[in-house]
Amino acid sequence: MKVVQRPGNKGPFKTYVVAVLKGLWLTMGHVVSNLFHPEKLPTVFFPEEKKALPPATRGRHRLMKREDGSPRCTACMLCATACPAECIHILAEESPNPDIEKLPAKFDIDMLRCVYCGFCVDACPLDAIRMDIPEVTVAGYTRDSLVYHKEFLMDHDNKDVVPDYNPPRPVLWTHGPHANP
Amino acid sequence: MDPNQTCTLINIAVMTVLMWLIPLQFVPFFIWLERKGSAIIQDRVGPNRTGILGFRLFGMVQNFADVVKLVMKENIVPANVNRFYFMLAPFWAMTVSLLPLLVVPLAAPLEMAGHSIRFQAADLGVGVLFILSITSMGVFGIILAGWSSNNKFSLLGSLRSSAQMISYELSMGLSMVGLLMVYQDVRMSVIVETQGRLLTAWGHALPLPNWGIFLQPVGFLLFLVAAFAETNRNPFDLAEGESELVAGFHLEYSSVKFSLFFMAEYANMVVAAFVIATLFLGGYQVPFASTQELQADPKLALVLLCCTLVLLKGLAGVFFYKRGVQQKHLYTGVKQAEPFLFAGLCFAVVVAALGLMGYGLTAGLPAGVNGVLIPVLQLLCLLLKVLFFCWLFVWVRWTLPRFRYDQLMKMGWKLMLPLALLNLLVTGVLLLTQK
Repeated sequence: MKVVQRPGNKGPFKTYVVAVLKGLWLTMGHVVSNLFHPEKLPTVFFPEEKKALPPATRGRHRLMKREDGSPRCTACMLCATACPAECIHILAEESPNPDIEKLPAKFDIDMLRCVYCGFCVDACPLDAIRMDIPEVTVAGYTRDSLVYHKEFLMDHDNKDVVPDYNPPRPVLWTHGPHANP
Repeated sequence: MDPNQTCTLINIAVMTVLMWLIPLQFVPFFIWLERKGSAIIQDRVGPNRTGILGFRLFGMVQNFADVVKLVMKENIVPANVNRFYFMLAPFWAMTVSLLPLLVVPLAAPLEMAGHSIRFQAADLGVGVLFILSITSMGVFGIILAGWSSNNKFSLLGSLRSSAQMISYELSMGLSMVGLLMVYQDVRMSVIVETQGRLLTAWGHALPLPNWGIFLQPVGFLLFLVAAFAETNRNPFDLAEGESELVAGFHLEYSSVKFSLFFMAEYANMVVAAFVIATLFLGGYQVPFASTQELQADPKLALVLLCCTLVLLKGLAGVFFYKRGVQQKHLYTGVKQAEPFLFAGLCFAVVVAALGLMGYGLTAGLPAGVNGVLIPVLQLLCLLLKVLFFCWLFVWVRWTLPRFRYDQLMKMGWKLMLPLALLNLLVTGVLLLTQK
């Protein structure tokens, strides 16, 4: 049988002194550099200081609009069908425009259920829903405040969007009322 | 009653209350130091959010929030505990941790209007032995908590802790014996007085203060390590090895009873810092300026005090100002103004100290003022030493990993005990050759 000696095992005479001093020197280096150069710390002071989100961040949803301001959505229910969390609730109504069959009377997204998978964006044939509003703190005091309605989702004229947001967009209609921009 | 006696009684009563309040005031500061220190060692920022009206005191307000939280918590007493001892343990731990400070002198006695004001609650003839005996009673709190909790983890934690404390008490006591051989006295006031002189070896005066750390370097190291072990502090905090014992002896405690254990731990460290500073770093003695020299030269104390204040407050002011500039873009209002406010206060103190020094050096201070300045200077000196050891406790905790139990016992019995005995032998031989 071969007895393997552990390296550096000096029995009771191991004093740890050198190793302890080395460790103390190392931590003191961190203290000094962090005390006098706090700007080098990796911490981001979040609510006051926001990090630039990477391109193609999947943010909060928004509903795109046609040129006349009506929703581009035609209540085809593809997004609600694709949604694995079943968080999209659409109620369709008849459109006043004879070229367009339906409009969403209600378009609610339950953010408490949403899992940010982006399937709704992929499913939409009209590029009517995008997830490019860079809000990563979705929070509220009541459950109702976290169910986003159509008006809120369409109110994005003055909001920033993720600059390089580029989801796969199906180009099914090149002209006509449903044409993608 | 004799008015002199009344004066002494009032003096003792005031100092006793002060000596209980000082460690209690140190505890929140120490917790803040630990949080910020650990953060800064680990490249984090540490607590900086909690504030009262926007004043955050660099994260110190977090402690108030914690106290409020702990007091609001339900005070749980589990069903099968031994109720009396379960309740007794935290109070025991807290009381015992505060006691040793009673014999530590904060400054040299002040002669004023025929009375001698002493800055020490009790100048016991057994000074150092009192500290040793009281710290060894601290283990009862831990054993009581572990045993009465009726919980295996608590019991194991307290067993570990008591075994460790008993093993390290030996080398602690022995390293102290070497010190007592050098000082020839156990009275704390005499020990500190002796440390005010210059170091003499075989009749030659050396340009070093007569401090314990220079007389007993090995003893100092042993005492320091033993103090870490006695206060159950990393790397010796096996009593609360989270991975094995959940939380150790205070596992079943909640609310105020937990906070008492928590505060006792920090009060223990504060007291240990005071004791180390007093025994080995000259206590309140200002290096190279003994009490007699300070009393003889009326301007020395003034100059030293003002220079120390200018240096400390100036550095702190510059630091606060820089921090304020660095964080200016982040905050608005009070949050933005706070560092500049502190910097302004520091600079005001600097200006006041400079003015006082200028006035004292040109016009001369009134007769009684110099006498008052000496205790202030000495208290400041002691506090600086204590702060250094407080920082050392934090620094070591966030540097070293925990010892394994067998390593701990091996080090206590096979390394520190023989070293302490050897230290005694060498000290004795050197003392004989000096005669």
